[in-house]
Amino acid sequence: MDELLTILKNNALEKPETIARMLNLSVDEVKARIAEYEKQGIIRGYQAILNVDQLDVAQCTAVIEVKVTPEREGGFDRVASRISRFPEVQSVYLMSGAYDLLLFVAGRDLKEVAFFVSEKLATLDGVVSTATHFMLKTYKHHGVLMETQDADERLQVSP
Amino acid sequence: MPTSASKSPRDFIARHVVDIPRSGIRDFFDIVSTMKDVISLGIGEPDFDTPWHVREFTVFSLERGATHYTSNMGLLELRRVISRYVEKKFGASYNPENEILITVGVSEALDLALRALVNPGDEVLYHEPCYVSYRADVILAHGRPITVETRRDNEFRLTRAMLEEKATPRTKVLLLNFPNNPTGAILRKEDLAEIAAFARERDMLVITDEIYAELTYDGEHTSIVSLPGMKERTIFLHGFSKAWAMTGFRLGYACAPPELTEAMMKVHQYTMLCAPTMSQKAAIEALSKPQTAVAEMTAEYRRRRNYLVKSFEEIGLPCTRPAGAFYAFPYIGHLGISSRDFALKLLDEEKVACVPGTAFGACGEGFVRCAYATSLENIQEAMKRMARFVQRLKK
Repeated sequence: MDELLTILKNNALEKPETIARMLNLSVDEVKARIAEYEKQGIIRGYQAILNVDQLDVAQCTAVIEVKVTPEREGGFDRVASRISRFPEVQSVYLMSGAYDLLLFVAGRDLKEVAFFVSEKLATLDGVVSTATHFMLKTYKHHGVLMETQDADERLQVSP
Repeated sequence: MPTSASKSPRDFIARHVVDIPRSGIRDFFDIVSTMKDVISLGIGEPDFDTPWHVREFTVFSLERGATHYTSNMGLLELRRVISRYVEKKFGASYNPENEILITVGVSEALDLALRALVNPGDEVLYHEPCYVSYRADVILAHGRPITVETRRDNEFRLTRAMLEEKATPRTKVLLLNFPNNPTGAILRKEDLAEIAAFARERDMLVITDEIYAELTYDGEHTSIVSLPGMKERTIFLHGFSKAWAMTGFRLGYACAPPELTEAMMKVHQYTMLCAPTMSQKAAIEALSKPQTAVAEMTAEYRRRRNYLVKSFEEIGLPCTRPAGAFYAFPYIGHLGISSRDFALKLLDEEKVACVPGTAFGACGEGFVRCAYATSLENIQEAMKRMARFVQRLKK
């Protein structure tokens, strides 16, 4: 992977000036490359990683396993794309194994998620069955630990 | 009966120990540790923690009861893994049965090598600026250290001509450390071949400390041990502290022909017995799994190196581009201030710690060592402060 993308994946707020220095490039070239990635749709957005548990907001997240009847020609794509368009649905993956689609769905509370599953999801053409698991606590999200750990003290000067 | 002329505790200390100065780093550490909120570029160890899979495996090995002595040579499984790694990475094949010795860091390995080789008065040729221990270790082994000074105007290269100028018929050992702490210099291919030829022609033994080998940023590392006719006259030293971020595990190793390994093992068995078992287990895990973490850390160091070198350029501190390790060694001699005063003043006025070049040998005067084994955030802030500081000095 392009090192520029590695840097942005670690910290999307890294300034083009800093990236330019790290990669021995000009600032203009860094900006142009980022713009090109955005245009191509390789970079699809920039988001903050939040520890929602620390916020005083009502949120309920469920992981849902969905079994689907694949369609002739469309395969799983058509139904997956239909499901993806619901704003409650945060992530959708096609899986190998006992079920076909894995969904991350967020709502204000359990009732809202349950409503989405029973009224919207389960009734879709092609959806055979669903199994819903509610998330209790987040330990790590997008590669980031949700708990701040004390850093080990290094000596201030060493050989 | 005690008399008034009885000795003070100091009088009992061996003369050659009295003669060794305290490490300039230790000295500076004592000053820095009294201060708060310092951004330190003085730390010669990775800021990364040991890769998690290594730590997790170490805990597991403790749970399984791997808490006993190992053989003096170290765990055979570890020696096998090292043998495969050294062959692949450094191009020299060592028999795990009798040519690899596991030690407590490269520090012990170096001490063993010198004690096993040096008769009182034998000369050991080494290059400065260099790691703080080399000179002292030679003296502790009752050898005579002979210094070759590398220079900025030559990009801190070590060449055959420089060695020839200092070598005498009593010179028995050539001690090399590339990539170099503190300059970040590496040996060029052409210099390496010439130095190897020199060692062969003068019938010298080479000790090569390649602890920073994986941290090479502009091309592949080449070891002197891979050159024709060198393996039989080389003691190759390596360890896990730097590239695997395992400083606290204290684990290193020496690879050498069987007779030399046996000689080092004798000193090791009577003084250390064996390296810590849990650290040896950790090292097996570190080397036998894909080297993803090492590659990621190396890439991060490279980016920081680039950032730092560019910053020094803008600040107006000439700095040879370090090709390896995680140190930059900018020149400050043109500012009309000594290395020590520069470092002290920088610490006092801007709370940035770096190490005076003189800690690494007299020819380090006019330089400071800045380690980039710290976060980019710290480096950015340190460079801002250093720029202000240098501006003031120039006025």
